[in-house]
Amino acid sequence: MRHIISVLLENEPGALSRVVGLFSQRNYNIESLTVAPTEDPTLSRLTVTTIGNDRVVEQITKQLNKLIDVVKVVDLSEGEHIEREVMMIKLKANGQMRAEIKRTADIFRGHIIDVTPNTYTVQLIGDSAKLDAFIAALGTASILEVVRSGVSGIARGEKVLSV
Amino acid sequence: MELLSGAEMVVRALRDEGVKYIYGYPGGALLHVYDAIFQQDEVEHILVRHEQAATHMADAYARATNKAGVALVTSGPGATNAVTGIATAYMDSIPMVVITGQVMSYLIGEDAFQETDMLGISRPIVKHSFSVQRPEDIPSIIKKAFHIAQSGRPGPVVVDIPKDMTAPTERYPYDYPANVKMRSYGPISRGHSGQIKKAVDMLLAAKRPVIYTGGGVIMGDASEELIKLAQELNYPVTNTLMGLGAYPGTDRQSLGMLGMHGSYEANMAMHHSDFILAVGARFDDRVTNGTDKFCPTARIAHIDIDPASISKTIDVDVPIVGPAKAVLKEMLELVAEAKAKPDAEAISSWWKQIDEWRQRHGGRFDLGDKMKPQQVIEMLSKVTNGDAFVCSDVGQHQMFAAQYYKFNKPNRWINSGGLGTMGFGLPAAMGVKLNFPEADVACVTGEGSIQMNIQELSTCKQYDLPVKIINLNNQSLGMVRQWQDMNYESRHSQSYMQSLPDFIKLAESYGHVGMKVERYEDLEGAMREAFAMKDRLVFMDIYVDPMEHVYPMQVPRGAMRDMWLNKTERT
Ligand SMILES: Cc1ncc(C[n+]2csc(CCOP(=O)(O)OP(=O)(O)O)c2C)c(N)n1
Ligand SMILES: [Mg+2]
Repeated sequence: MRHIISVLLENEPGALSRVVGLFSQRNYNIESLTVAPTEDPTLSRLTVTTIGNDRVVEQITKQLNKLIDVVKVVDLSEGEHIEREVMMIKLKANGQMRAEIKRTADIFRGHIIDVTPNTYTVQLIGDSAKLDAFIAALGTASILEVVRSGVSGIARGEKVLSV
Repeated sequence: MELLSGAEMVVRALRDEGVKYIYGYPGGALLHVYDAIFQQDEVEHILVRHEQAATHMADAYARATNKAGVALVTSGPGATNAVTGIATAYMDSIPMVVITGQVMSYLIGEDAFQETDMLGISRPIVKHSFSVQRPEDIPSIIKKAFHIAQSGRPGPVVVDIPKDMTAPTERYPYDYPANVKMRSYGPISRGHSGQIKKAVDMLLAAKRPVIYTGGGVIMGDASEELIKLAQELNYPVTNTLMGLGAYPGTDRQSLGMLGMHGSYEANMAMHHSDFILAVGARFDDRVTNGTDKFCPTARIAHIDIDPASISKTIDVDVPIVGPAKAVLKEMLELVAEAKAKPDAEAISSWWKQIDEWRQRHGGRFDLGDKMKPQQVIEMLSKVTNGDAFVCSDVGQHQMFAAQYYKFNKPNRWINSGGLGTMGFGLPAAMGVKLNFPEADVACVTGEGSIQMNIQELSTCKQYDLPVKIINLNNQSLGMVRQWQDMNYESRHSQSYMQSLPDFIKLAESYGHVGMKVERYEDLEGAMREAFAMKDRLVFMDIYVDPMEHVYPMQVPRGAMRDMWLNKTERT
């Protein structure tokens, strides 16, 4: 099963490499990884999506907790949560494809954020499944480049992950 | 406040941490630090002959005292030479602080002379690491390093110090912090009372209980509580390779070691048990054998300081996260207060069964024309009254030592269990002897392992470290050979030790005493003579049967009870 694990991390040199290293060292898989400082510059918030059975995911959270730089860990998939990912996708857009792409982007509430005579760049925000669906819906349009941010997540309701 | 240079702060902080000895080897990146060492006499530096030995000495000090040992190595090759020692400590959860020199901070990343990314190299084998970015941080970093290394589940910590951080020209106010506060690190100090209660209820209701304990009881200083609990209940105890000595090996309730080369009775008792109390042990593959067949009728309560060790390989019924000492204490209180008492009848028939297993095998081995390695260990046990520090290398000799030396005290059996590092034995014995000059310290080794750090005989001379080297010379990499006998139709690929040195002359050339023993009749006399030479290192080169195998040996991927008992007989 796919899990979204959120980590509060000391914003220290080497901290990120310890997290990433843990995954490779223990043979855990990383689907996506995002990290950036929080409103408190001494803390980073990191989101990892991983696929594994319950035992593996339990080990992942325990091992993450053991890292000295890790302040808090939560498996967001255990409760109600929101996930978001940003995608920028550059497409060849000539002739009637221009209208076609525009229409598809509108349906998915995407925005065209850059235009040239031959290309469109579309920005789309949503959960990963929505981004996948958009790519599938593009059908015959020719994709030049895809950039995805990886997943960020947050719990629904009043629950917060903080020190 | 006193003003000190970074280099002086390193040495002063070690002093203030109560460190008496540091083990190390100098080099360019550490010259300022070595100069600071020269100018004081409170912290004594021991100059090894290879950095690996420095880490093993520090590690063995920790294993004998439960306090962090300190190694000091220079950047580049000095640091990489220390890697095996750091990994050895990491695998066995041994507290250690390793200070590594680094190139000037402004050269980092430029492939400067003797630069290696030590934080990167050591990352998977440390509990934590620090890189000094400002000299004034040195005292607090060293304080944190000791705190992290010694608390919770212990482990090695690396402190990487660029040379310019120790420059003698820059001075800073020195203040060694009294304690450490870290929002992201706070080891747990007691177990969950509800869980402990649950475990005690199960413990008291058990009909076929086993207490299975590991290195956590030793490093957690919980031997006393373990003995009380086991004796209060009259339950059998088995120790892992790392846990030997936590419960007295000569006591009737001791089943000895369990696992791959565990005793017949320990493995049988585990397999047939209905309740296992695991304390400070981690159900590793050398203990459990095939996890799908592990102890099919047992319910398990597991006490461990590290939550990640619980239900990692074997699912347990009652997890208890906490220090072994505090949890066992609480259990003792609950047992004393409990209305329920152990089922005397069930326990007595359980003992009857266990005693039958003991009768069946009980550590028997066949004698032959040639001296058997087991006989040598039994003699060592006799000559030292079971009271020596036994520091082992890795191989068959290690397993024989674990099986036949009966440890009655914790912290006396010093061996590399998790990593299985050949070359560990001699430096380990040195680290112990230096700190316990009055004690008998034996290094049990093989002609393969001893050659991996043989250069340390020179260090032994320099610092007067009269350890006794018990070299079980079977002229082969015996443990490799045994597996080749059992699984590769005796094709002894590269497991034969050719061109062995004359160990007697070798020992003598380093200024020590050499003794060759080829017949069992000569063993006791020679060994007594060796141990009587209190102030000389004696290298006992003892020729033993090269064909001997270590038994029992579990059948791969079988259950705990599936064992070879000798070359022809299987359970
Ligand atoms: C550094 C290292 N290299 C290789 C091994 C693999 N290994 C395990 S036991 C062993 C043989 C040890 O030979 P010896 O020291 O003579 O002990 P014996 O088994 O003969 O008693 C080897 C090569 C190891 N454990 N450590
Ligand atoms: Mg050998």
